[in-house]
Amino acid sequence: MINLEKRPRIAVHKFSSCDGCQLAFLNLGGDLLELTKRVEIMHFLEAGLDDPEAKVDIAFVEGSLSTQDEIERIHKVRESSRYMITIGACATAGGLQALRNLDNQHEQWRDAIYAKPEFIKTLNHARPIADEVRVDFELWGCPINSRQLLAAVNSLLFGVPPIDDRDKVCLECKRQQRVCVMVTEDKPCLGPVTRTGCGALCPSFGRDCYGCYGPADNPNTASLSGRFAGLGLLPGAIARRFLLINSAAPAFHDAGLIARSSDTGGESHD
Amino acid sequence: MTDSHQDQPTSRRIRIDVPALTRVEGEGSLKLAIDGNQIKQLQLSIFEPPRYFEKFLEGREYQEVPDIVARICGICPVAYQMTAVQALEQAFGHTPSSWVARMRRLFYCGEWLQSHALHIHLLALPDYLGFDSAIGMAAKHPEAVQRGLALQALGNSIIRLFGGRSVHPVGACVGGFHHAPAPAEISTLHTRLQEAQEYAAELTRWCALLPLPEDEDDFISVALRADTEYPFYRGALVSSDGLAIDAAQWDSHFREEHTPHSTALWSLYAGKPYLVGPLARLNLNLDRLPKRIRTNLESTGIGFPSRNMFHSMLARAVEIELAIHDALELTSTYEPTAHPFDPVTPRAGIGFGATEAPRGLLWHRYETDTEGLIKSARIVPPTSQNQARIEQDLQRSLQSFGLDHSDEELRLHCEKVIRNYDPCISCATHFLTLDLERRR
Repeated sequence: MINLEKRPRIAVHKFSSCDGCQLAFLNLGGDLLELTKRVEIMHFLEAGLDDPEAKVDIAFVEGSLSTQDEIERIHKVRESSRYMITIGACATAGGLQALRNLDNQHEQWRDAIYAKPEFIKTLNHARPIADEVRVDFELWGCPINSRQLLAAVNSLLFGVPPIDDRDKVCLECKRQQRVCVMVTEDKPCLGPVTRTGCGALCPSFGRDCYGCYGPADNPNTASLSGRFAGLGLLPGAIARRFLLINSAAPAFHDAGLIARSSDTGGESHD
Repeated sequence: MTDSHQDQPTSRRIRIDVPALTRVEGEGSLKLAIDGNQIKQLQLSIFEPPRYFEKFLEGREYQEVPDIVARICGICPVAYQMTAVQALEQAFGHTPSSWVARMRRLFYCGEWLQSHALHIHLLALPDYLGFDSAIGMAAKHPEAVQRGLALQALGNSIIRLFGGRSVHPVGACVGGFHHAPAPAEISTLHTRLQEAQEYAAELTRWCALLPLPEDEDDFISVALRADTEYPFYRGALVSSDGLAIDAAQWDSHFREEHTPHSTALWSLYAGKPYLVGPLARLNLNLDRLPKRIRTNLESTGIGFPSRNMFHSMLARAVEIELAIHDALELTSTYEPTAHPFDPVTPRAGIGFGATEAPRGLLWHRYETDTEGLIKSARIVPPTSQNQARIEQDLQRSLQSFGLDHSDEELRLHCEKVIRNYDPCISCATHFLTLDLERRR
């Protein structure tokens, strides 16, 4: 861990995404102004700061890599940053748009859609940032929240590595003394295999977690899939649970494909 | 405008490239080439990579749709969720309870409030006060920035009450909400709204005093219009030239085209560009404003309906007042319920949704099978509707501003014109199944 300058320089870069994770900065309210006293923001297009090549101590990267141009750009960002932190599901695991990786249909879609497909420069797969360059720390979540962001920034300001909390949503739910939606209402909750960080929002609203924070440490997806089947979910429905926001994260990807492969046509995919 | 440049030799050739537009949501760029008195090339390019949302929706279950479409846009996820549930409930022949309808309006008020406050203060205002960013502006104009952040936070709190978080909220579902807020939470919110009411009214008067360019133009406005209320979630789809249709009739009047310099479609009404968004809504719904807000607007001396696109800023401020007004009414009469949603029975069908996202009209169409799986989805976001209009406006506005201005002044003027539409470029670039559907 290299100690940062007194007022470190940061940058926020966007790749293929919805801009929702950058909002963790813009939604800070008064803390945003406080943050700008402690760090110097060099590049952040949505906030009006345009200096993509500035040398920075920390680069925050939102979005997945889905064009050749983006791949070239991420290498430049890496070169000009001391630490790189991915923010959100897209940058960390490919995000929702990685669903297009599953069936390798990208070229067929593109060619069928566009009169001049050569103008469309998207790659076949939407990929996480770490596929291409070294990433120092990952913030999971779709979206990440301001608490995660400030915790990471504050750790780095103190010269310590940020805490990587890989616990399961279930633990957070228990701490909040929530009633389990799977045990009491038979809802197919992904909490037992999903990384904590959201504050167990879905179970606290009485709904089943849909895995937007990605896989936790040691997720027992096979056992959970078995439980889902016991709740009456058909294989296609189990696959859809795993293949949503973080379909390219290995644990969810594999669990989804295993469920799909046992789909004996009980559901139509037309 | 000066005509003096007509007497000058027309040898000045300039090319302005703004490779990455700032203070807009998503990735766009502008190319402008001027030869003497003439604009030779003007292109607003959207290069945000396509993310194929309509394709992902195929084969998914109806309950998953609100979670998927939210991810189209981090700034207006509520608009996507509300339009989707409306369309799916129509497909299933389900009518939401009056509690659900009222709370959806309140939820939507939260999004207008946060999105408009963000746009006015953090994205647009630096243009008028002479700064590159709100962060730079905060030292000189702390009260303006603080007010913006406070209004934005208030809007986010409303969304969190129903959705747990303000970006990609988790509370909305087909049939209603997963969770009803506790009366104590609503009452706390009500108090905060009361405190905000006066400074929202001040915001309108303050925006009216900004040096907004005088820039009259002729354009067609398109928005929803409801029987009694200002439109969020229901109403007929109307235009300033007399159209009044149901969302289901969209395809008979609107058409989308693909241009090579953009990964978003251009939407045309009767073959022409048109405007959606706060100014279009206000122009078409002036008589739906509560009296107090209308009087406040009239006190500014700026007349509406307005043909000056730069009055969009003022329209946003008025809509902040309106969102607070409506939220106050909805929270003062709040009654808790044990049934925040009604069970929905899926069936094979087609449903249409049209609601007013902060940036303008958002249109969805879904076809479902008997199990409630999505067979096809189409989404027309506000920014792709405004795209043709933005280029048209740039052409005219630049001529009226005067091409003899310096390169830097021209660039800033173009950026002002574009930002004025609050373009949401991530939203606009996911249209991709549209052409595919037509070929079938």
